[in-house]
Amino acid sequence: MELKDLYRDVILDHNRQPRNFGRLENANAHAEGHNPLCGDRLSLDLQLNGERVEDVRFEGKGCAISTASASMMTEAIKGKDRAAIGALFEKVHNLLTQDNAATPTDLGKLAALSGVREFPMRVKCATLCWHTLNAALERRAAPVSTE
Amino acid sequence: MSASFDVERVRRDFPILARTVHGKPLVYLDSAASSQRPAPVLRAIEHYETHSHANVHRGVHTLSQEATDAFEGARERVRRFINARSTKEIVFVRGTTEAINLIAQSYARPRFKPGDEILITALEHHANIVPWQLACEQTGAKLKVAPIDRRGELIVEKFAALLSARTKLVGIAHVSNALGTILPVKQLIEMAHAQGAVVLVDGAQAAPHARVDVQELNCDFYAFSSHKLYGPTGIGVLYAREELLNAMPPWQGGGDMIRSVTFERSTYNDLPWKFEAGTPNISGAVGLAAAMDYVESLGLDAIAAHEQQLLALASAQLEEIPGLEIIGTAAHKAAVISFTLSGVHPHDIGTILDSEGVAIRTGHHCAMPVMDFFGVPATARASFACYSTVDDVHRLVAALHKAREVFQ
Repeated sequence: MELKDLYRDVILDHNRQPRNFGRLENANAHAEGHNPLCGDRLSLDLQLNGERVEDVRFEGKGCAISTASASMMTEAIKGKDRAAIGALFEKVHNLLTQDNAATPTDLGKLAALSGVREFPMRVKCATLCWHTLNAALERRAAPVSTE
Repeated sequence: MSASFDVERVRRDFPILARTVHGKPLVYLDSAASSQRPAPVLRAIEHYETHSHANVHRGVHTLSQEATDAFEGARERVRRFINARSTKEIVFVRGTTEAINLIAQSYARPRFKPGDEILITALEHHANIVPWQLACEQTGAKLKVAPIDRRGELIVEKFAALLSARTKLVGIAHVSNALGTILPVKQLIEMAHAQGAVVLVDGAQAAPHARVDVQELNCDFYAFSSHKLYGPTGIGVLYAREELLNAMPPWQGGGDMIRSVTFERSTYNDLPWKFEAGTPNISGAVGLAAAMDYVESLGLDAIAAHEQQLLALASAQLEEIPGLEIIGTAAHKAAVISFTLSGVHPHDIGTILDSEGVAIRTGHHCAMPVMDFFGVPATARASFACYSTVDDVHRLVAALHKAREVFQ
C-alpha cells in the first residue's frame, strides 16, 4: 500500500483544479449524489442530445479522490453516447475493484484511479460520480447514495 | 506527565497497542469511537467463558448459578461505579443507543401527547436525536433544539428560554462526541426539574473520562456504553430512577422479563429484569465489570488529568500547523480534538494518517447537525484515552505535516 499510488499527480491536479466545475446553463438532466460515510456531495448537470452527452458540469464538496474522479469523468464522457459511457464505467469499475486487473490502455487519465483499489474504504469515493451520472442519464429524481 | 500516572505501565495492559499498522507502531487516537480493552477485561471474559457459562436466572445447576452470580455481580459493580441507589435501577442494554430508544419507546411514547415538548441540544449525537423524532411522530409531541455558539458551547440562556411547562423530557449529552464540549449537566438538570421535566443524560463520552455520580447529578436517566469504557462491545447501561422504571411498561417481551404467562395475560418480573427480555449479554456484563475495576484501579481522576495534559499539548501543537482549524473550542472539553486542514478533505487526512500508523476518526461523527452548524461536511477527530502518550501527539503532528506535503 503506497500513498503515492493513491495520490498520483494527475489526481492531485484534478483535485486542486477540477475541470468542468460549476453549474451548466441549459442542462436537461441532473442528479445529486451523496456519500453519507464521508459527507461527500456531488451535483451533476448534463446537456443531453438524444443519447449523447453534449456537455457536463459538476459541483460539490468532497475528498480528493471523489473530486478528481468526477473531474476526470466529465472530461472522459463529453461527446460520448450512453452505450460508450456504460462500457467506460464498467472498465473503471473493474479497475477500482478487481485485484491485479491489468489497466486497460484506452482509459486515458482515468487509469490514474487504479491505486484506489488498494484502499477499499475509498472505492466509494471514486464511484460516487459514476453512480450520480447513471442517475442523471436515467433522469431519476431521487438523490443517489453510496450507502 | 504527572509522576503518579505511569502511562508506559498502562500501555502494557493493552495487547493491541503492540501491533503495527503499515509497518509502523500503532498510534490509536480513535478511542472516542471505541476504546481498546486491557488484558484484565479479556481475561475476565475468557475466565467466564471457560469456567462458568450457562444461561442466567434459570437452572438449578452449578454453572447457571455461577453465571447468574457473575451477571448480577456485574450489575452491582455498575451500581457502585455510578453510585445508583439500587441495582433495580441498572438495566443492561446493548449500548447507549438502545438505552435512549428504550426511554423514547417505554417512557415517552405512552405518555406524551400533542402540545408536549422534548428538548435536546444542537450538540447531540444522532442517537440522542432520532429516537426522539420517532417518539414525536408517534405521539404528536414536538422536538425543540437548544442552540450552541461558535465555540461549541451550549447557550444556557437559550436552553432556559426553551424550557417551559410543556417540556416533558430533556435529552442532553454529558460530553459532545464531535467536539468534546463538557456540558454543565448538573445545572441543566436543575433547570429542567424546575419546569417539571425529566432528564436523560447521554453519558457515552463522559463515563470514560469523569466520575459519574447519578445521585449527585440528580438525573432521571443516564445512558452509557461499555466499549468506550475499555469494555466489550454489545453491552451498555441504562440507569433510571426506580419509580420511573416502575411506572413504565416493558419495552420488549419474552423470556426473563415475565413472572407468569398465560394466553390471556402475562405478569412482569421485578426491576430491573422487567426490561431485560431474552438471554442477556452475560460475558459482556462480566467484561464491563472488569473494565470498571480496571478504570478505578487507575483512578478516573488520574486518567482525566493525564488526558487533559495531552489535550492541552495536542491543541497547542495542532494550532501551530498552518491551515489547521480546531472545531470546538469550549472552555471545558474532554480529550477530543475535531479539526479541519485547509485544502485537505478529512477523508484524505484519515487515509494519509493511517498510512503513518495513526488511527483517527473522520466524517460527520454521527452528528450531522453539528457539522452543518460549523459549515463543514466533515472533520478529522483525534481522541485520547488512558493509554495515549506524548509520543502519540508527536506522531499525529508529524503525520499531519505529511498530509500537507502530499497536498502541497
